[in-house]
Amino acid sequence: MHSILKASFAALAASAIVAGSALADGHAKLSGDLKIFSDMSNPAPRAVMEGMVERFGEMHPDLNIELTVIDREAYKTQIRNFLTANPPDVANWYAANRMLPYVEAGLFEDISDLWEDPEISENLASTKGAMTLDGKQWGVPYTYYQWGVYYRKDIYEELGLEEPTDWASFKANCQAMVDSGRKCFTIGSKNQWPTAGWFDYLNMRTNGYDFHAQLTNGEIEWTDERVLATFANWRELIDMGAFIDNHTAYSWQESLPFIVDGSAGAILKGNFAVAPLRDGGLDDDKLDFHQFPAINADVELAEDAPTDTFHIPANAANKDAARAFLKFVVSADNQTLINNGDNLGQLPVNASSSVDDDKFLQEGFEMLSSNSPGGVAQFFDRDAPAEMAKVAMEGFQEFMVKPDNLDRILGRLEKARGRIYK
Amino acid sequence: MAETTLSDVRASTAGRGWFRRNEIAITPWLFLAPGVLFFAFYVIFPIFQSFNISLYQWDGLGEAEYIGLENYGELFDDDAFYISLRNNLIWLVLYLLAIPAGLFIALFLNQTVTGIRLYKSLFFFPFVISQIVVGLVFTWFYDPTFGLLNQFLGVFGLGPVNILGDERYVTYGIILAGLWPQTAYCMILYLTGLNAVDPEQIEAARLDGAKGRKMLWYIIIPQLKPATFIAFVVTIIGALRSFDLISIMTAGGPFGESRVLSFYMFEVALSEYGFRMGYGAAIAVILFLIMLCFIAYFLWSMYQEDKGGR
Repeated sequence: MHSILKASFAALAASAIVAGSALADGHAKLSGDLKIFSDMSNPAPRAVMEGMVERFGEMHPDLNIELTVIDREAYKTQIRNFLTANPPDVANWYAANRMLPYVEAGLFEDISDLWEDPEISENLASTKGAMTLDGKQWGVPYTYYQWGVYYRKDIYEELGLEEPTDWASFKANCQAMVDSGRKCFTIGSKNQWPTAGWFDYLNMRTNGYDFHAQLTNGEIEWTDERVLATFANWRELIDMGAFIDNHTAYSWQESLPFIVDGSAGAILKGNFAVAPLRDGGLDDDKLDFHQFPAINADVELAEDAPTDTFHIPANAANKDAARAFLKFVVSADNQTLINNGDNLGQLPVNASSSVDDDKFLQEGFEMLSSNSPGGVAQFFDRDAPAEMAKVAMEGFQEFMVKPDNLDRILGRLEKARGRIYK
Repeated sequence: MAETTLSDVRASTAGRGWFRRNEIAITPWLFLAPGVLFFAFYVIFPIFQSFNISLYQWDGLGEAEYIGLENYGELFDDDAFYISLRNNLIWLVLYLLAIPAGLFIALFLNQTVTGIRLYKSLFFFPFVISQIVVGLVFTWFYDPTFGLLNQFLGVFGLGPVNILGDERYVTYGIILAGLWPQTAYCMILYLTGLNAVDPEQIEAARLDGAKGRKMLWYIIIPQLKPATFIAFVVTIIGALRSFDLISIMTAGGPFGESRVLSFYMFEVALSEYGFRMGYGAAIAVILFLIMLCFIAYFLWSMYQEDKGGR
């Protein structure tokens, strides 16, 4: 009873909304099944995904939507099986080079037609590059988030430190932290990718976005002097004792207690770290955010802002419904809703959406829209091919423990580069 | 009456078809068929398939490109491969400690005291719980900051040691975690073996003045030979199959120093960043050849035993 009422009410409401909204062309009658595979398995993203399916279902009552939520880590290995064997109509994935294997294998649908729609091409212009391979678009983004330094405001105040603006003040702050018996940065390198965040920033600040893009594209030797300069900067921090001890034993989640209990002053991480840090008891008076400062004044600031995406598998059965769903996902209203502080707590990809009032989201949005002239990178393991990312991140981890091995590590990376990019 | 029935049967046997005539020869094969088919399809066939894939460069999605023995060539030039191989050897050797350890616990528990069943089941407990849980428990135990081990060492002013994050200790740390359930397994094998020890022989030995170590070495252990053999087999196989503990405790890290061949294969072919089916298959082939040595030895010694028994 309840559901019938709800559905008919929803149908009414949906037709009312649709008639007047950006989705005017999206409400052609859709029927049949829509199978969605999603990796949004953490509690908040899961609720968001289920909410989207519910609202989309209300707009298209004849459509039977079947949502399968798969554990986020397991999804990364399952995707290649289900894309070839049992493709859904819509699937989650990541932007940039992370799409490459599936695009090359012809498993993702070319949806450039969707991107020709001014509604999308204008509002989503900022992420178009990340969704483009071979001049075509292969999916739509639904959320992204900034990376940067999340620090303990109260400890900085206690030591009389201010947000660093350049490399010298960054190191001076760190030295003050070390002198006070703390570590500057917590990091958990057990899963290796957190080290890539450091590499991304140090390399983009030392050599600039374009160089970084060429490096992840395999156009520059790992033994290049400019790469060595990046590692030299990194080494300065390592030699200062900036990072917590034994970081190889911790995952990023396990590294958070060190910043919560004050034995480390900051963490370089994506905005997803804010939620667990708040749960750990750091309110907005204790936790703050600053952009990674410039190292080389000659290069423009560039940021990491990984984008999560939706795609249509090439062998999908109901591509019309899938396209309508993708349009619905990126629509301004939906973007505002799913990225607000009660839901994903990240940044909307649609320029007409509004950003939540949350302090960190506001700062992040500000930074990405006005203070990242150099460009926006995805993240090392999305910009570089998967195999290269694996080898390189292992090398970064080794470097952080044994900086003296740098030559051997870079030799290994260079060998891998020769093999991977052909 | 009986005669007619018998002749009836004989007559009908001769009259029925080829199947009836060969029933005795065929029936066992019919019963074996499902097993044989599945074994052929899921075990034998994939072995040859792995050999084949190892000659290709293939990302698991697109076209496979034939490259001959290039994967093997690269393998023999790959530091990570030698690290994995070295760790496999360390596993093989140290994992065998489960056998004497299991034997001594079994000897210790082989007595009649009130509540001995409870003690036995407590000692067997680690084998019952999942390897994943064992891995997690030991990960927390080893935690360099909050873990019990380092709290304990701290009392004596030692440590902290970062067992799972230090490339020198990591493999040994994981093997120790693996020995815990494996020892329990060997213990159970020996406990059942001890039940079968002939009391008369012990009595006779005692009359001859054998005691303690001599009794153990010359009387008990020879009678435990079947149990020892099984314990050896399962321990060797367990060592070569070590995967879950490594995956859960370190994911092969730090920087790949705790990988074994099976994990390395998984990593390059099937993990999040792995798209090299051919290279993974080449590693699998090497691992298979190593296992083949042991399998051949086990089969040979079982065959010898069979012959001796007859």
